[in-house]
Amino acid sequence: MNLLSSIDLTWVIGGPQGGGVETAANIFAGACAGCGLKVFGKREYYSNIKGEHSYFGVRVSDKIIRSNVSGITILVGFDAETLFRHIEDVVNDGAIVYETDLTSVKIDEVATLDDLFKQRFVEYLSSKNKPTTIQGALDSAKERGVTLYPVSFKTILSNLADETKNPKMRGMFRMQNVLAVSISLGLLGLPPDTLLTSVDSVFSRKKDIAEMNRNAANYTYNFATAKYPKFKYQLTPISKQPGTILVQGFQSTGIGKIASGCRFQSYYPITPASDESVYLELHEIFDVENNRPGSIFVVQAEDEISAIGMVIGAALTGTRASTSTSGPGFSLMAEALGWAGINEVPIVVTLYQRSGPSTGLPTRHGQDDLLFAIHAGHGEFPRIVYASGDIEEGFYDTAKCFNFAENFQLPVIHMMDKFIASTVATVQKFDINKISIERGKLLDKIDTPGYKRFAPSSDGISPRSRLGLENGIFWNTGDESDEYGHISEDPVNRITMMDKRAHKAELALQKIPKEDQAINHGIYDFCIVSWGSTKGPILDAIEMLKKDGHKVGFIQIKLLNPFPSDYLKTLFENVKTVIDIEANHSGQLGSLFNEYMDRKVDYYILKYTGRPMTCTEVYDSLKKILENKAERKQVLTYGV
Amino acid sequence: MVSNLADYKTEVHNDWCPGCGDFGIVNAIQMALAEMEIPRNKAAIFSGIGCSGKTSHFINTYGVHTLHGRVLTFAQGAKLANPEMTIVAAGGDGDGLGIGAGHFVAAGRRNVDMTYLIFNNAVYGLTKGQASPTLKLGLKTKSLPEPNVNQSVNPIALAIASGFTFVARGYAYDVRQLKDLIIAAVRHKGLAFLDVLQPCPTYNDINTRDWFAGMDNIDEITKKPRPRIYKLEDTGYDPVVHIDSPEEENEKLTQALIKSNEWDTKIPTGIFYRNETTAPYEERMSERIPNYLENPPAKQEISSGSRAITNISKLLSSLEV
Ligand SMILES: Cc1ncc(C[n+]2csc(CCOP(=O)(O)OP(=O)(O)O)c2C)c(N)n1
Ligand code: SF4
Ligand SMILES: [Mg+2]
Repeated sequence: MNLLSSIDLTWVIGGPQGGGVETAANIFAGACAGCGLKVFGKREYYSNIKGEHSYFGVRVSDKIIRSNVSGITILVGFDAETLFRHIEDVVNDGAIVYETDLTSVKIDEVATLDDLFKQRFVEYLSSKNKPTTIQGALDSAKERGVTLYPVSFKTILSNLADETKNPKMRGMFRMQNVLAVSISLGLLGLPPDTLLTSVDSVFSRKKDIAEMNRNAANYTYNFATAKYPKFKYQLTPISKQPGTILVQGFQSTGIGKIASGCRFQSYYPITPASDESVYLELHEIFDVENNRPGSIFVVQAEDEISAIGMVIGAALTGTRASTSTSGPGFSLMAEALGWAGINEVPIVVTLYQRSGPSTGLPTRHGQDDLLFAIHAGHGEFPRIVYASGDIEEGFYDTAKCFNFAENFQLPVIHMMDKFIASTVATVQKFDINKISIERGKLLDKIDTPGYKRFAPSSDGISPRSRLGLENGIFWNTGDESDEYGHISEDPVNRITMMDKRAHKAELALQKIPKEDQAINHGIYDFCIVSWGSTKGPILDAIEMLKKDGHKVGFIQIKLLNPFPSDYLKTLFENVKTVIDIEANHSGQLGSLFNEYMDRKVDYYILKYTGRPMTCTEVYDSLKKILENKAERKQVLTYGV
Repeated sequence: MVSNLADYKTEVHNDWCPGCGDFGIVNAIQMALAEMEIPRNKAAIFSGIGCSGKTSHFINTYGVHTLHGRVLTFAQGAKLANPEMTIVAAGGDGDGLGIGAGHFVAAGRRNVDMTYLIFNNAVYGLTKGQASPTLKLGLKTKSLPEPNVNQSVNPIALAIASGFTFVARGYAYDVRQLKDLIIAAVRHKGLAFLDVLQPCPTYNDINTRDWFAGMDNIDEITKKPRPRIYKLEDTGYDPVVHIDSPEEENEKLTQALIKSNEWDTKIPTGIFYRNETTAPYEERMSERIPNYLENPPAKQEISSGSRAITNISKLLSSLEV
């Protein structure tokens, strides 16, 4: 494979949900990041609390990485399911660290494996003349060149129990996670102190557990380096870039909200959005310059209708307010969205998409909701739909979304997704000095009576009062209203008011800087058009192609409604072939492009398995297009 | 000081049917606001959708006419963001006990310090008289093609079961009593619920002004009607939980539930239950956010010019590698 740099490997750990896989991955990622290496990790899990398979893949490199690759360099499995599921994904010069006890387990004995998967795997092993056991699967991997590291985790635990005179240790199977990380880092040659620092930091809230895990990590690391030969690929520390953070996607919008002055959030629990709200509640009190300590008021509502209703109510007091949800919850919010639209209330809805329709694939990725976000709600009203491409954009865009909401007095839907939410990556520390706070025509005081909330103005935006302001009384209604906000069914007034609101879309296109409307990552004959979290895999794939001598352009559209067609037309003017890449079935951005751009998308690369794209598969499919061997629509399938 | 009743009235044309009970309710709200001398800009009326939903347009304070069934959600959000406001939510029985019943129950559990009035006319007025959740089983009001096949919900009992800490009933044609109940409700620390019996002369031809007055039930001896409506306070009923004890609370809850079941011949009005020993939501949140009431969301400074002034360095340093 055409990798981007000398160090570039993917470590995967799996296990039953609730078994500590995430902790292991955090320790691994933390240790690598602590050595200055770049990390890009993602978590995949079932809609289940305990027992189903979940796994974490962490890609590590010495250069910037923005996506996962296809293929696993080191797989760690202390349960049979992990081994069966991922073994064929280990690259030929990769390695497998596995529990020796498992070798005799038959595939039929693993209840949580889907029948379809079993069938495919049994066929595969039979074709290789191998028994349908872990041993058979391991043998088949070994024949391909994969290095095997058999480990008895049970023996290590019991040795540890003796060594530390703590007999309970013998039964602490959760500790296998820490052991697995320690063995892996031993094989990969990373210095042990970074491992121990990372263990301390992951367990920093639980001191006694930290101590135990630290000892276990130390013991196992030494055990591994003494017992096993070094693995072919090694991780070497590089100089740490100051100001690097290791952050999860949902934290980016959370921190962004606190920084942008959002002081009210209401939500109803839903994957993958509620992690953000929980994060906010956990950090509800913070410092504010020259001020009393600040806080964000987080309310867990009884449903999403209530969540958005509360947010609108809070916004009417002049508070920056938002909610965070996913597809099913956003469906319930549609009616209230229109209310915010007709009453010109600035609110931000952070929409962490997952795969629909209905509950769909509840814990899996998807970009299915673009057209819904643009059209949700009956009637016609302006809104802004704005999409972030990665974790860093999540932070800075949150601030922009609040500014859009207040400058144009309308609801803003901030498109995020499960891929970004559950990504852990090393990124440059967010810089609050790079955001601005624009409150538009929000009034602090009104000196004279006679205020009209919806008074006409040259740009169509009326000065905005808030609940509590002297002389600032207004009325709101979901009915059409006059300038005061009282119900009016007068046909002439209707035209005035509809035009006034609709004009805000044009205004947004004029006022939002071009570089915030779409990012020009390069324009060539072949040019990708995309939006949201496909950004990472696309940029990585483009770099891989560059090494092959191919140049491919990429326009990442961020402002999806109103659609910036005039600006985009200038960007695409000299493009010969347009390639649309999206994580949905129909190519939703593609349909907007076809509608607004006076030309059509030439190729589609789509994925709707619920698993995010890897740069490898994007690279492969782009290559087919460049070599003129591609179908008009390619559907990506990688990932379990 | 604004205490002139006229100040609380708007000039908006009122399109309710002649004789509608809603007029009495809107008058009572205006009178209560004037009597309490609440500055107009410190009060907000939130309303649902229905004939009753238009209430907010007739009162000269902030007025927010929301969505069908969702009035409590908007109202709570506003109150929690700016707890200085006096918030009165108003809506129909279909609005609050049909489409919005989930919010009704959830609001009771929260106990946010505000007031909620249900205009209980037993019909869906604005959609031309279908049965509302409070219409009794088997009744056939004017525009129903068939008698009502659903049991009715008991708003007083539901409010008590949901955790409302002030539960009362008024009658739209007894404006003076209703005004007093609204004042008591607004002054109550916590979520106050007022079930307002509201005759709808257009669609409810059963629960009419005459029916409430007992015109169909003449005392044979005195030849006078036996009014259904009576006042709890006239019977020596004490609705208040005076001390914070489970026994007292149980006793007061039980008597309120028993009273709430009276209907056919005797209909109690006044305060059924009142308990200030339960902390309002704002107080519970103040334990989490100690300066919440002095520095609520609406009062916080978030920028200096266009510069963000929140300090996020602690959040970031905990993520630093
Ligand atoms: C979501 C939604 N569904 C239906 C309606 C239609 N609708 C308007 S008013 C109303 C019922 C009003 O009855 P009630 O709440 O009892 O108020 P009233 O008119 O009796 O005061 C309905 C169903 C609506 N506005 N919104
Ligand atoms: S329909 Fe009934 S509730 Fe509505 S305005 Fe007329 S009388 Fe009042
Ligand atoms: Mg009604």
